[in-house]
Amino acid sequence: MNIYVLLKKTFDTEEKIAVTNGQIEDDGAEFIINPYDEYAVEEAIKQRDEHGGEVTVVTVGDEDSEKQLRTALAMGADKAVLINTEDDLEEGDQFTTAKILTAYFEEKEVDLILAGNVAIDEASGQVGPRLAERLGIPYVTTITSLKIDGETVNIDKDVEGDIEKIETSLPVLLTCQQGLNEPRYPSLPGIMKAKKKPLEELEIDDLDLDEDDLEPKTKTVDIFLPPEKEAGKVLEGELQDQVQELVSLLKNEAKVL
Amino acid sequence: MNFELSKEQVMIKKMVQDFAENIIKPRAIEIDTEAKFPEDIFKQMGELGLMGIPFPEQYGGSDGDTLSYALAVEEIGKVCGSTGLSYAATVSLGASPIYYFGNEEQKEKFLKPIAQGKTLGSFGLTEPNAGSDAGGTRTTAVEDGDDYIINGEKCFITNANYSNTITVTAVTGKDNRGKNKISAIIVPTDTDGVTINSNYDKMGVRGSDTCEIVLDNVRVPKENLLGDPEKGFKQFLHTLDGGRISIAALGLGIAQASLDKALNYAKERTQFGTAISKFQAIQFKLADMAMEVELARNIVHKAAWLKDQGKPFTKEAAYAKLFATETAFRSANQAIQIHGGYGYMREYEVERYLRDAKLLEIGEGTSEVQRLVIARQLGC
Ligand SMILES: Cc1cc2nc3c(=O)[nH]c(=O)nc-3n(C[C@H](O)[C@H](O)[C@H](O)COP(=O)(O)OP(=O)(O)OC[C@H]3O[C@@H](n4cnc5c(N)ncnc54)[C@H](O)[C@@H]3O)c2cc1C
Ligand SMILES: Cc1cc2nc3c(=O)[nH]c(=O)nc-3n(C[C@H](O)[C@H](O)[C@H](O)COP(=O)(O)OP(=O)(O)OC[C@H]3O[C@@H](n4cnc5c(N)ncnc54)[C@H](O)[C@@H]3O)c2cc1C
Repeated sequence: MNIYVLLKKTFDTEEKIAVTNGQIEDDGAEFIINPYDEYAVEEAIKQRDEHGGEVTVVTVGDEDSEKQLRTALAMGADKAVLINTEDDLEEGDQFTTAKILTAYFEEKEVDLILAGNVAIDEASGQVGPRLAERLGIPYVTTITSLKIDGETVNIDKDVEGDIEKIETSLPVLLTCQQGLNEPRYPSLPGIMKAKKKPLEELEIDDLDLDEDDLEPKTKTVDIFLPPEKEAGKVLEGELQDQVQELVSLLKNEAKVL
Repeated sequence: MNFELSKEQVMIKKMVQDFAENIIKPRAIEIDTEAKFPEDIFKQMGELGLMGIPFPEQYGGSDGDTLSYALAVEEIGKVCGSTGLSYAATVSLGASPIYYFGNEEQKEKFLKPIAQGKTLGSFGLTEPNAGSDAGGTRTTAVEDGDDYIINGEKCFITNANYSNTITVTAVTGKDNRGKNKISAIIVPTDTDGVTINSNYDKMGVRGSDTCEIVLDNVRVPKENLLGDPEKGFKQFLHTLDGGRISIAALGLGIAQASLDKALNYAKERTQFGTAISKFQAIQFKLADMAMEVELARNIVHKAAWLKDQGKPFTKEAAYAKLFATETAFRSANQAIQIHGGYGYMREYEVERYLRDAKLLEIGEGTSEVQRLVIARQLGC
């Protein structure tokens, strides 16, 4: 089976994030594999071990994305592809990424493409579905179970906590939700072997694309951190008065009633 | 000059950090209070290949280097001193002497299972009457046909209960100047006459397995003799040099954890209307801690690097062990101080750091012995 994983480097939202002039500061931020993409890598490895074939991890990113690709190789992926847009593109959005990936996949024989449900940085959840549309293959998002039998694919899809059972067929693109699996730690032998695995580096030129084809369809107007949590207010006095005050505060101050 | 870690080293550090945070850290308080060796954690560490970092693939290792191994010990030490000590002992004391001095057959039979994490490794040098003065070893190994018959007693031996073999030091005869010849012999723990107890009630590293071993007419084949019978003493000095780097790395981990906890707490704790991190008295403590942690890291990495380059590292390993473990003790002590009354409580963990750090100033050569080693290297 030809299995592909779409993987993105994101900053670790559990670490401190600083924003200056509407830009997230790269220095000091910790970069990781998008956690939902880790489920995709794990699932790809498991499916390959069961059905045979090869796992290729693909990212659209910059020079530094190599680190996340190597980690995926250390976990057990076979090959990695870095589509480096650092020198060619000033900015991009989900349209840009999906278009680049479409060009990459056009010539490829694909059985299964796995992606994360969302990336924790921009959380659009769009790249996977857009790519599937463009490639003309079916897609299912937020999957929590995957069984492949020949060409038949049985899926559990998370729908806001409930499960939808779906049957489809290969080739297919799936986006992975928490609960699908428990991503493994890259083992020591895995890490040492990762440096010997192939990592292909492409630029948009190699995919016959140029900057104009990839101009984003959206514009980021501002990036800002959520307001800092303020200290709570403890109401005092008779219960009756407290209730009255609470209602008035909700009405006049918080303006939620 | 280049202070950057390689890509593999960065990845190893990150992987061990994630593993330590997710798997070991939630158990650290329990491991300490119950003084119970976390066998299941070691099984997972073995499966990840952590026991084999500095050994070649052909012996079940991962083909990494000493620096990667030191990074792994540091990351584990950051969350749990007990786990860190048993880990360091298995690699540096259990596996390393077999790797450096064993023949092919011994490596295949005894090193491989340790490197693959199928069993822990253990090294029995210390005796009730021979601690710092390892030359005073009284355990004897007497030739009898194709075997040695070993008699004696070892104390404070890490991991013996969880190891298939223990490498023990024993007097095998006298040299031509009449001095005791000390050799190292690999003893399978299931041999008749081997009794292992672990009844110690320890101050710290309570979850690490520490044993007393009685050897009563223990018969092992001569082929279990490790390396050159004439150079047993030199061999274990070399073993201890390497081991010191790992104990130093463990100290570095505890020191870093102390700093991290103290800094976080100082920023959050308000007294006199302001975060205590705004008081110069607290700032100076944190500044000293941060500086010492970084200096400890530099010498630990340098000693590991020298070893990886095949250069002499005896002096630097002693510097590293002495400085990093004493830094661990000082940092843990200051972390408790910065936490005030809370620091004295188990839940805040810094009191455990202090108890664990104390062992590091004693095991694998006391701080005094490190100073002796350094002085000897200086030509005194
Ligand atoms: C938890 C734990 C785990 C251990 N694990 C192992 C293990 O796996 N394998 C193993 O073989 N051993 C192990 N040990 C033993 C450890 O290495 C010894 O305890 C250590 O070497 C000190 O020896 P000692 O306890 O006999 O103290 P002593 O040697 O009696 O020292 C007592 C004091 O005298 C000082 N001193 C001694 N000689 C001199 C001198 N010449 N100059 C100045 N001061 C001196 C020492 O520094 C120390 O302060 C372990 C110990 C502990 C507590
Ligand atoms: C076992 C035990 C028994 C106790 N018994 C009693 C008891 O019987 N009765 C009782 O009332 N209390 C008792 N205490 C509480 C004890 O007195 C306090 O823990 C102590 O006064 C420190 O206060 P704290 O823990 O809130 O630390 P904090 O006041 O938060 O101090 C934290 C750190 O900040 C430093 N710091 C604070 N302010 C400043 C400043 N302005 N400048 C520089 N540094 C500063 C402190 O020195 C310390 O290092 C007990 C505590 C323990 C652990």
